[in-house]
Amino acid sequence: MANESATYRKSIVFQLKDESYALPVDQIGLIERMQPITRVPQTAPFVKGVINLRGVVTPVIDLRIRFGLDPKEIDEATRIIIVHLEEMEVGLVVDAANDVIDIPEDAIEPAPELVGTVDVDYIDGVAKVDQRLLILLNLGKVLAKEEVNDLNVLEG
Amino acid sequence: MDTTQYLGVFIDESREHLDVLYNQLLQLEKQPGEKAVIEEIFRAAHTLKGMSATMGYTDLANLTHKMENVLDGIRYEKIAVDTSLIDLLFEAVEHLESIVDDVENGGAGTKDVARIVDLLDRVEMGESIQTHDRKPAPAVEATETVTLMSVGGLDEFEISILSESEGRGYSNFEITVQLRKDCLLKAARVFMVFEVLEKLGEVIKSSPSVTELEEENFDQSFTVLLVSNMSKDDIYQNVIKVSEIEDVTINAFSIAAYKEQQTAQSETTTAADQEAETTTSEDSSSKTKKAVNKTIRVNIDRLDVLMNLFEELVIDRGRLEQISQELKHQDLEETVERMTRVSGDLQNIILTMRMVPIDQVFNRFPRMIRQLARDLDKQVDIEIIGAETELDRTVIDEIGDPLVHLIRNAVDHGIETAEERKQAGKPEQGTIKLQAYHSGNHVFIEISDDGAGINKEKVLAKALANGVVSKEESLLLTDQQVYELIMTSGFSTAEKISDVSGRGVGLDVVKNTIESLGGRMSVDATLGKGSTFSIELPLTLSIMSVLLVELGTETYAIPLSSIMETAIFSKKDIMHAHNKKVIDFRGHVVPLVFLSELFDSTSSVNQEDDAYVPIVIVRKGDKLTGLVVDSLIGQQEVVLKSMGQYLTNTFAISGATILGDGRVALIIDSNALVR
Repeated sequence: MANESATYRKSIVFQLKDESYALPVDQIGLIERMQPITRVPQTAPFVKGVINLRGVVTPVIDLRIRFGLDPKEIDEATRIIIVHLEEMEVGLVVDAANDVIDIPEDAIEPAPELVGTVDVDYIDGVAKVDQRLLILLNLGKVLAKEEVNDLNVLEG
Repeated sequence: MDTTQYLGVFIDESREHLDVLYNQLLQLEKQPGEKAVIEEIFRAAHTLKGMSATMGYTDLANLTHKMENVLDGIRYEKIAVDTSLIDLLFEAVEHLESIVDDVENGGAGTKDVARIVDLLDRVEMGESIQTHDRKPAPAVEATETVTLMSVGGLDEFEISILSESEGRGYSNFEITVQLRKDCLLKAARVFMVFEVLEKLGEVIKSSPSVTELEEENFDQSFTVLLVSNMSKDDIYQNVIKVSEIEDVTINAFSIAAYKEQQTAQSETTTAADQEAETTTSEDSSSKTKKAVNKTIRVNIDRLDVLMNLFEELVIDRGRLEQISQELKHQDLEETVERMTRVSGDLQNIILTMRMVPIDQVFNRFPRMIRQLARDLDKQVDIEIIGAETELDRTVIDEIGDPLVHLIRNAVDHGIETAEERKQAGKPEQGTIKLQAYHSGNHVFIEISDDGAGINKEKVLAKALANGVVSKEESLLLTDQQVYELIMTSGFSTAEKISDVSGRGVGLDVVKNTIESLGGRMSVDATLGKGSTFSIELPLTLSIMSVLLVELGTETYAIPLSSIMETAIFSKKDIMHAHNKKVIDFRGHVVPLVFLSELFDSTSSVNQEDDAYVPIVIVRKGDKLTGLVVDSLIGQQEVVLKSMGQYLTNTFAISGATILGDGRVALIIDSNALVR
C-alpha cells in the first residue's frame, strides 16, 4: 500500500444486498442488463448458466449465491458484469452496478476478520470512500474453479 | 528499421521455405542430379537469406548464406551429392528451424551456428566430401553464364537476325556496361553509349529494355546485344571513351550456345512437369504450394471474428424470418427470403475459407519417417496420397499429434528390419502409405504399412495377461475385435520397448483424441502383410448437424453423428431389468436414460399421463442407449461454441450453440451417457 495519496484504483462499484463491492475496471469488460440464461445441469448452484454474449457463449454466476447470501428476484436494476481473468470470461449477476469511482490507495485497509457476510477469502481489503465502505473483491478467489462442477453422479 | 510488424509474415514465410527445403532435400536424396530440385532448394534458401538479413537475424542469414554457397556448388556440379552431404544440409535446415522457432517464441533468433557453418565451409571448399575436380577457372565460367542469362528471352525475329549476321561475317557481341557508382545522369550516359554503339553496328536487344534504361530504371549496369563487323577491342575502345563508365565487358555471343541453353532449360522444365504427373507424394504438395501463391494471408483470428459476426447475422436473420412470418407482408417476405439465400451462400464461403489442405500436417512426416527409420536402422519409404484434401483448421490443429503417434507406431512396430523383411521375401524397404480423402461429410485418413501386421495370438495373450479381456470373452472375439484390443489402455505388443513409440500408452490416447473430435478409429491387419489404421473425422468441428430436443422448457442438441435413430415408444413397452428401465429395440435390450430427470429439467409434460415418449437411440461403438426426451424439435446445422474456460468438464455437455432466437442451447455429449 503506497502512502502517496495521488495513486488511485479506478473501480466499478456494485451492490449485493446491503453491501457495496468494488472491482478494478481493468478486470471488467462490459456491464449488461439481465438477459435469458441457459441453465447448465449438474453444476454448482451459484452457476446460473450460460448466455449469448454477442456470439460468445459466456458462463454466468450468481454472486449472491456464491457468497452464501439469500437469492433475490431479478428486477430492473439487476446487472450482469462481464469480468476477465486471464483466459476466463465470466458474467457476475449483481443487484445493481452504477458507479465508477477512484479509490485512493491509502484509503485501502486489509480486510478485518469479519466484514458483512462475505467470506474473508474473497476479499482483498476494504476502503472507506465518501462515508461509504467498499469491499474490494479478489476476482481470482471468486472464480476459483474447484467448486464449479457439482457431484458428477449419473443418476439413472 | 522497425521490423516487428513484419514478424508474423516473416515467421509464416520462413516456415513455408523451411518446408520447401525439407521436402526438396528429400527429393534430392532420391534424385541427386535433378536440376529442378536443386533450383528449388536454392531459391528457398536464397529467399530465406534475404528475409532474415532484412529482419536482422544474422545467424539465420549466415547459415542460409553458407547453405546457398554449397547449393550453388551442387548446382554447377562442383560438389557431388551424397548421403553425408544431404545429412549435413538436413542438419543445417534443422538449425534454421530452431532459430525460427526461437524467433517465434519471442527470442532474439541467435544460435551458435559456427560448427555447422564451418562444416558447410569445408564442403564448399571441397574438403572431406568427394568433389569433382574443380574447373580451373570457375570465375570465367560464372561470368559467362551470368551474361548469357542476363539477356534472355530473345524472340524468333531477333534470333534470326543474329544467326544471319553470323553467316554474313558479322559478329555478335554481348556488351555489359558498368556505370560509375557516382554517375548522376545515368540515362544520358546510356544514350551516349547507344549512340556510339549504333555507329559501330546494330543493337539488337538490351537488358533492361531501352524504355527502362531511359527511365533510369536500372542499377549500375546494363547489357546489350550488338551485331557488328568491328573487333572486340575496337568496340571496347569506343565505348570506354564515354565518360563516367566504370567498366565494359565484351563477350562473343554465340547463338548456338544460346539455343542450347534454352533447350536445356526447357528440358528441365519438361522433366519437372513429367515428374509432377507421375509421382504423387511430393508433387501434390508442390501443387498446393503453387495454389497457395495465388492467395493472400489472413490472420486466423480475423476469420474467427468474421465467423462470429456471421453467426450474429444468422441469428438476426432468424428473427427477421419470424417477424416477416407474423406480419405477412409480401415484399418483406421476399426480401427476407433473398437474404436467407445469400447468407446461406455466405456461410458456405466462410466455412470453406477456414479449410486448409491436410498437407499442412502431412508435410512434416517424410522427414520424420526418414529420421525414425535411421534411428531404428530400418528402411522406410513414405507414400502420401490426397495431401490436397481439405479440412477445417480446427480439425487440422488437433489431428497432428495422433497422426504422429500412429506413424511412429507403424515405423516402430509395423515395419520390420531389413533383415527380417528379406527373410520374409519382401523388399527390404518398407512402405508407409498415408492417404486422405473425402467421403460425404467426413474425411478419412488411412495409415497403412506393409510390415508384419498384427499377431492375433500375441495380442490375445497380452490382453489376457493385462486383464483387458477375460478368458471367456476372448473366445468370442472376432479378428477385428482382437485388433481393436491394441487400442485399449495399457497395451504394448512390441517385444522391445523403444524410445520411439514408448511403452504403449499411446493407441488408446490416440483413439480417445479422435473420438473427442467426433471421429472414429479402426484397425485392420493381415499377418505378415501389414496393418491399416483408419480414422474418420468430421469435416469441420465448428459446424455440426444436431437434433434439437425439448426437455421441459429447455432446448438441447444431440449430435446427429451419434444418433442411430429416433423412435416413439409406448410407456407400456418400458421394462425393468436390474432396477433399470430398458426397452426392447429391434431385439436388443437397450437401457434408457431419462434426460429430464438427469438434467433436473422442470418437465412441462406430465409424463405419467403421456402414453407415448419419444426416445433418441444413441450409440457409442456397439453399445446403444435410449435417451428419453419430452419432444423432438428437428434437425439443424449449428455452430459449435465452447463453453469458455470457466465451465470445463461439465457433465454430459460437450459444448453449446446459439439458436435462431439468440438463446444458448447445450449440446449433449451422448458418449458420457452410454454405458
